[in-house]
Amino acid sequence: MLMANVVDKPLTFRAWWYRTGRFGASHAVLALLAATMLVPFLWMVLASFKPLVEVEQLNPFPTRWQPHNYPKVFEQIPFARYYFNSLFVAAWVTFLQCLTSSMAAYAFARLRWRGRDHVFRLYLATLMIPGVVTMIPNYTLMVKLGLLDSYAGLIVPAAFSAFGTFLLRQFMLTIPPSLDEAAAIDGASHWQIFWDVILPLARPGLITLAIFTFLGNYGSFFWPLILIKSEHLRTLPIGMLYFDTMYGRQTNLIMAASVMNIIPLIILFIVSQKFIVKGIQLGAVKG
Amino acid sequence: MKATSGQQRDFWPAMGFLLPNLLGFLVFTAGPVLFSLAIAFTNWDLQRTMPFRWIGLRNFTELFADQQFWLYALNTVYLMLGMPVAIAGSLLLAILLSQNLRGIVVYRTLFYLPTFTSGVALMILWKALYNPDFGPINAIINAISGWLHRKLGVGVVEAPVWLLSTKNLFGLAMLLAFAVGLFGAYKVLRLAMGRWALLVVAAAAALLLWHWRCTAGLDVERVGLSREQWGLGARDAIIIMGIWIAIGGSNMLLYLAALSNVPQELYEAAQIDGAGRWATFCNVTWPQLAPTTFFIVVMSFIGGLQGGFEQARVMTYGGPAGTTTTLVYYIYTKAFEEFQIGYASAVSWVLFVIIFAVTLLNWKFGAKELSY
Repeated sequence: MLMANVVDKPLTFRAWWYRTGRFGASHAVLALLAATMLVPFLWMVLASFKPLVEVEQLNPFPTRWQPHNYPKVFEQIPFARYYFNSLFVAAWVTFLQCLTSSMAAYAFARLRWRGRDHVFRLYLATLMIPGVVTMIPNYTLMVKLGLLDSYAGLIVPAAFSAFGTFLLRQFMLTIPPSLDEAAAIDGASHWQIFWDVILPLARPGLITLAIFTFLGNYGSFFWPLILIKSEHLRTLPIGMLYFDTMYGRQTNLIMAASVMNIIPLIILFIVSQKFIVKGIQLGAVKG
Repeated sequence: MKATSGQQRDFWPAMGFLLPNLLGFLVFTAGPVLFSLAIAFTNWDLQRTMPFRWIGLRNFTELFADQQFWLYALNTVYLMLGMPVAIAGSLLLAILLSQNLRGIVVYRTLFYLPTFTSGVALMILWKALYNPDFGPINAIINAISGWLHRKLGVGVVEAPVWLLSTKNLFGLAMLLAFAVGLFGAYKVLRLAMGRWALLVVAAAAALLLWHWRCTAGLDVERVGLSREQWGLGARDAIIIMGIWIAIGGSNMLLYLAALSNVPQELYEAAQIDGAGRWATFCNVTWPQLAPTTFFIVVMSFIGGLQGGFEQARVMTYGGPAGTTTTLVYYIYTKAFEEFQIGYASAVSWVLFVIIFAVTLLNWKFGAKELSY
């Protein structure tokens, strides 16, 4: 071993293990696990390029690459429409949630008023309520309001979040109070302080919240499933579900659709990894 | 501090900032919770097959006599058995990743991928992977078993049919879960009421067993306590997928952050004392990670108790024989397929109370045990 030249004493196994071996072993374990994570995704991508008969065979690569599986998905279902619906709904919910949450967080973190801590504790307590408890009354409410089977029904109930308020409040508490005091002395209104001082400083928190809100609503399943009846309003997860139910045997097409479904997520993840890691460490856990 | 007039001047501006969120909160969260409690005491049926009536506690008494409810509660607990494996795996991965190896970001990205992309698309992918006739998992199992048969003359292994099977991995895992649950309840109650806890837990166990005998009668076919039921089935398939999704996810990132916060001096001190790696882990790392572990366990409980909906809806329709129906999926079928809104609300409130109790007990006693 080359390494042995550097040390005077003969290299014992223990010393070698401590210096090099254990890192090699760790890499081996990590690589194995990483492969386990990756193989299902690889199978999905490769299956999406295969002719149907080959999907069932063990050979990893298609003998005949069939990229036209992808356009075929668009022929069989209004996949572009599903894409648009998902992105449209998720974008609106993200925007509204960031706005309402940051405003409420400002009231909780930067303003003093009687009963503030009680109201905040009430907000916190509701984080424990299982979504399914409010789902049933909200459904009947949507029926009453005539919002069943509509974009508004998908967007409005999701536009308010106790969790987002909590996250941004924690963030705003770390901003030094001298900043808004100085702005107040300069004659800034509350809205100006909020918009020009606090919001820019809370940007990392806002971005984190935006990512997780977008993610949660892009993949949202339960609520659109019960709310949406017409085909042209289906979001991606619902569209995928019915595609799988109706054309379940066309595994190659289903996999092509799945690949297209998760590509935006992978892009989002690569772009925003820094914020995601920080966000989770702040307690933002994808539900 | 008591509010003074100076601190009150922000009241109206604060209301202005709070209003949009508070309105949404009252209309879509606080109001519905109370409304849901109210309709749990009615026979409300969206199809209006029966006239609307207040029926008091009848939904709840019906529920406790409902064999299906107990089976689905058991399923929910069974599916949570993957939790400790996933958490331990997350910890192991975090420890491996915290050694200043090269390429950590790449590993972290790969491990986090399933969590980030989780959802209907991944469930559909795994459904295809598990397909007993065409899926790659069984193709691999059959190939390996066939090769062993040709080369070594070993008998051919029958590959599991995964999502179509009512079998379960340990057969007795249900009883195991039951025992673990009782033991946990005992540990917690002991802190609160001393030696009386044993009596209470024994009484609860007796009551539960008696109840099962009377109602569900430990339905062997579904719960899978008989020897023929030992093997890999739908529930195990869902557990394996769940571990695959969760192992490198948020829990691992939390552990990674916590590991970087362990003071280096503690490790140096342990090294001076001549502690081995395992001893160092037990006496330094693990205690230092306790708050993180506690947080993860609480969150996993909350998540696990309301989990299993997507899996059931996308992969199995809650089958075979109801073995993958969890409480949330049951609520969904009752409310939105059978339209029995009143009954479904009652089930959802029972779930809520269970989650509330578990969380409360965890905080009250877990936090106490942690502070040494």
